Amino acid sequence: MRGIYKLYGQGAAEVRALDGIDLDITAGEFVAVMGPSGSGKSTCMNILGCLDVPSAGEYLFRGVDVASLDRDELALLRRKFMGFVFQSFNLLPRTSALANVELPLIYENVSRKRRKRLALDALRLVGLEDRADARPNQLSGGQQQRVAIARALVTEPPFLLADEPTGNLDTRTADEIMHRLVELRNERDLTIVMVTHEPDIAMYAERVLFFVDGRIQRDGPPAEVLT
Amino acid sequence: MNTADTLAMAGQAIARNKLRSFLTTLGIIIGVASVIAMVHLGQSATKSVEQQFANIGSNLLFVMPGVSQHGPSALRVSAEPFEMEDVAAIRREVPGILVAPAVSRNETVVFGNANQSIRVEGSTNEYFTVRNHPVERGREFEEAELSSGAAVCVVGDTVVEEMYLNTEPLGSNLRVGRTACRVIGVLEQRGLSMGQDRDDVIVMPIKAVQRRLAGNLDVNTVYISALQDGTSSRVRSEVESLLRQRRRIAPDEEDDFYVRDTQDIMDALSETTATMTLLLGGIAAVSLLVGGIGIMNIMLVSVTERTREIGIRLAIGARSRDVLQQFLVESVVLATLGGVIGVLIGMAGTWLMTEQFNMPFVASPGVIVLGFTFSMTIGVVFGYFPARKAAHLNPIDALRHE
Repeated sequence: MRGIYKLYGQGAAEVRALDGIDLDITAGEFVAVMGPSGSGKSTCMNILGCLDVPSAGEYLFRGVDVASLDRDELALLRRKFMGFVFQSFNLLPRTSALANVELPLIYENVSRKRRKRLALDALRLVGLEDRADARPNQLSGGQQQRVAIARALVTEPPFLLADEPTGNLDTRTADEIMHRLVELRNERDLTIVMVTHEPDIAMYAERVLFFVDGRIQRDGPPAEVLT
Repeated sequence: MNTADTLAMAGQAIARNKLRSFLTTLGIIIGVASVIAMVHLGQSATKSVEQQFANIGSNLLFVMPGVSQHGPSALRVSAEPFEMEDVAAIRREVPGILVAPAVSRNETVVFGNANQSIRVEGSTNEYFTVRNHPVERGREFEEAELSSGAAVCVVGDTVVEEMYLNTEPLGSNLRVGRTACRVIGVLEQRGLSMGQDRDDVIVMPIKAVQRRLAGNLDVNTVYISALQDGTSSRVRSEVESLLRQRRRIAPDEEDDFYVRDTQDIMDALSETTATMTLLLGGIAAVSLLVGGIGIMNIMLVSVTERTREIGIRLAIGARSRDVLQQFLVESVVLATLGGVIGVLIGMAGTWLMTEQFNMPFVASPGVIVLGFTFSMTIGVVFGYFPARKAAHLNPIDALRHE
């Protein structure tokens, strides 16, 4: 990522959400992104996840300039290489956990049988195979987030983006989720970028980026950045 | 995304919100049902007219004195009646026909305590054939009875029912006007035709009616039946020119009599019902259109409501095309479901109405397919705009949507 700017509004009302970010993330890294609200951490994450495009600057994902891709190619990129976990879980309501996890596979055109098997595997990964038929409103927050993680990982993407994955969970559940993420990362050699504002959670990462006013103020191992 | 998955997804979305889905399709259901019912009822009415004419007797010509009936019948100018000589001339000059002269009057008929005004037709034995109303029991007139004008009569089924209270009429004496008249036959039952009870009739020899009831030798009507199908227009023009000649009408003068062909009347009626069908079908089609707008409305609401869902789908790798397809298929499935239910209700309505009004039940596959296709098309047309709106959402904005 080189010289990334993201601007909102125009003229006097212009807001620089990202003000010249230079960032390299290597495969296999576990990066926590921190900073006060409005510092640009979520925007940065959206750009990393190809959900949003920068106003200026260059983002190479695995050597491909993302700016050169159209809407559908970006969708394809997200589908093949990225998994998303959100603060508010973002599961489809009134739809079973299994169906939620199957969703990305539907867009991959995976056969019904194989889809079900893969989705069950993914649920087993997060320890929820026995709640496959439960609907989101029948699951606790921690369970919902685990379903969301299963959904993010069912296509076996190399890159996992998590936007405050523990923001809506109590401390104990949050720790459980983080343990699970670290385990999964070690098993699958995942690259994880996670936005959080809780230092405890950031401690699980091996690198912390601290954003202030659209710039990276500090960058280093958690012990260093957070002290 | 394959078709089965898309359909399954649409089915789930519809099932997730059953009441709303039903209300959405209600417009289509009512629209399709009314189109189906209206058009079918129109066709049924046409068919009913055709059946009634078959009952009256096709290839039948009515010849009556008077000025041709263009405009209200009240303006009809009375003209010289026909004479028996005219009938004889037609019989002689025009080949391939059966002729029945007739005098028609309403007379007070008395039997025992029963007393009613009934239509009395004075005619010949040809009447029974030409009017397609044969004698069921008893006999037709004998030659002697016809030539002498004997006081004998053949009665219709309604007369038997109402005057005789279903007791045996044959051989009894019925008072028709001032004449006592012996019943020699009973007509076959014919029922209602064009709003007239064809069984409420008494047939007597023409001479009897002329002499005993009318007091003159006029002929009101001549019924002519062309023996061969498709010759009625030839017969008609021959009869017209013959009568013009006999009645000494100058070439530049209008006829003072008119000939009506059952085919003419049938065509006119069929045309009327066809126009009505078109009109009602058109109104029903408008309601179908309104139903389509209802679908669009709800789909737009649904897209707004499910913005987050769309955001999730886009984030996990759905392309715009996938989202477009999903919402489009959803609206098409809704509209098609509405179409199916509408066709069923429309057919049920048609059946009920035809039963109620004693009309023939018709089911036209063409109309059903048309109503069905139309509803699907409405699903596509009115589903496209909301679906496109959904497909073009920005993933970030959609995800942030509350």
